[in-house]
Amino acid sequence: MALDKNDLNKIAYLARLEIAPENAERVLNDMDRILDFVDHMQQVDTEGVEPLAHPIESRQILREDRVTEPNQREALLANAPATENGCFLVPKVIE
Amino acid sequence: MQWEAVIGLEVHVQLATQSKIFSGAPTTFGAEPNTQACAIDLGMPGMLPVFNGKALEMAVRFGLAIGAHINKVSVFDRKNYFYPDLPKGYQISQLDHPIVETGHIDILLDNGETKRIGVTRAHLEEDAGKSLHEDFHGMTGIDLNRAGTPLLEIVSEPDLRSAKEAVAYLRKLHAIITYLGISDGDMSQGSMRCDCNVSVRPKGQTELGTRTEIKNVNSFRFVEKAINHEIERQIELIEDGGKVVQETRLYDSERDETRSMRSKEFANDYRYFPDPDLLPVEIDDAYIERIRETLPELPEAKQARFQSQYGLNATDASILAGSREQADYFEMAAEVAGDARLAANWVMGEVAKFLNQHDLDIGRCPVSAEALGQLIQRIRDNTISGKIAKDVFEAMWAGEGSADEIIDKRGLKQVTDTGAIEAIVDEVIANNAPQVEQYRASDDAKRGKLIGFFVGQVMKASKGKANPQLVNQVLRQKLDS
Repeated sequence: MALDKNDLNKIAYLARLEIAPENAERVLNDMDRILDFVDHMQQVDTEGVEPLAHPIESRQILREDRVTEPNQREALLANAPATENGCFLVPKVIE
Repeated sequence: MQWEAVIGLEVHVQLATQSKIFSGAPTTFGAEPNTQACAIDLGMPGMLPVFNGKALEMAVRFGLAIGAHINKVSVFDRKNYFYPDLPKGYQISQLDHPIVETGHIDILLDNGETKRIGVTRAHLEEDAGKSLHEDFHGMTGIDLNRAGTPLLEIVSEPDLRSAKEAVAYLRKLHAIITYLGISDGDMSQGSMRCDCNVSVRPKGQTELGTRTEIKNVNSFRFVEKAINHEIERQIELIEDGGKVVQETRLYDSERDETRSMRSKEFANDYRYFPDPDLLPVEIDDAYIERIRETLPELPEAKQARFQSQYGLNATDASILAGSREQADYFEMAAEVAGDARLAANWVMGEVAKFLNQHDLDIGRCPVSAEALGQLIQRIRDNTISGKIAKDVFEAMWAGEGSADEIIDKRGLKQVTDTGAIEAIVDEVIANNAPQVEQYRASDDAKRGKLIGFFVGQVMKASKGKANPQLVNQVLRQKLDS
């Protein structure tokens, strides 16, 4: 299965990545090779094999429903480039 | 042409845990921005989610209550999309292996019939934060208090055929989650949010029409209005030769209309995959049975019991069993009053009317169930009439005291002294000679209607305190003789 430029643009957009035009050809080639690899794996006969949801064969540990994280707003906001009135500030997301 | 609407609902229910679904931060509503969030909720590098056992238990409780299949292995997936109030760039949800599958909720239709609505699935997921677009001079403020709050998303089959059915389903769902105690169900605080999938098709056609999704409708009333509006819009569009476009629409309650949300390019491509940070959740039969044993009496069982134990009809029993608080209030009032029928009428009548007027729910009713029961006792023992009781109830609502105190203070005790009533009756007869003449000239059937006038006059003269049965009796004696 070969991908084209449109596929690449769509995938890049969804991942919010910018692919420089001069790199597009190389990235497309890499992605085609990944798909070839997947095709290759799909030829393996998995009849009768249980689907694997997770490579580690263990079960999820449950946490007790208890509040263990007190208010730490000061510290959390300190990492942000812009804050106001206790909120993180980002560029306006609606018109 | 006859049209038929096809509706399915996706309801997000906020689970009433103390801490978040994957972190130990609190879930308190209405706190100062970003005071209820921790590094996990913020998606800081290296943080690992740990699943809250209480959220799992609540989801299983719900599944058992709707007769659903509980998956002994369920898996968390990442749903990928970018939005500033979703710090990780993905929401942890469940796609292929949800915790709950194929249950059902029965609703009562207007014609008294029961209709079974399928529930396709219910899965666990985390909520996002909030974007605040105002007051940040051209920027957007992000509050992550809500990020990581546990949600149960409950998806119905497209079995609903009208806005009314959709509301009946929502109300039933609301009753179930509040009975189970897994959510406060407060729609105004976003504890229960509803997305409505709506399409129309010519009646008789089996193929489904193109659907639109109305996002985030936040009250029962708006759900009904939004769906009705959308059904009308689609029918008009098709009849004018147009086509329904599959899209997401927003309901504007101020203008009572739905409008298209700009459809984002490449929308709905979430590229789900299993979350490698979380292992499959495994539960066994013993776990499920332990939870089954703790299920409370559910709305349907309570409704059935109200019908058999108190002799109520299905509609009244269903209204009273509509919320756990209302059901408890009714049962307490009925017990104190010693008359379930009267108690039911009062709870659905005056109590509901006053609660509506003051926009309160029954948990905040200033007249307790016991106090209402005592008031009803005074009707039953003929101390006051039902009409006077309404005035007493109003005074009780205003905090003027118990029924007995108010009756005493205002001198409302019913006049049951025949002599006193006779005196008033004589006076009324003397003052209304033309009506008396007309009455005496009439046949029995007509007299039955005319007597009401005299009863009214006597009640007025006694300021409502005369016992109506006695008044009738004395009037008949005097007028018919």
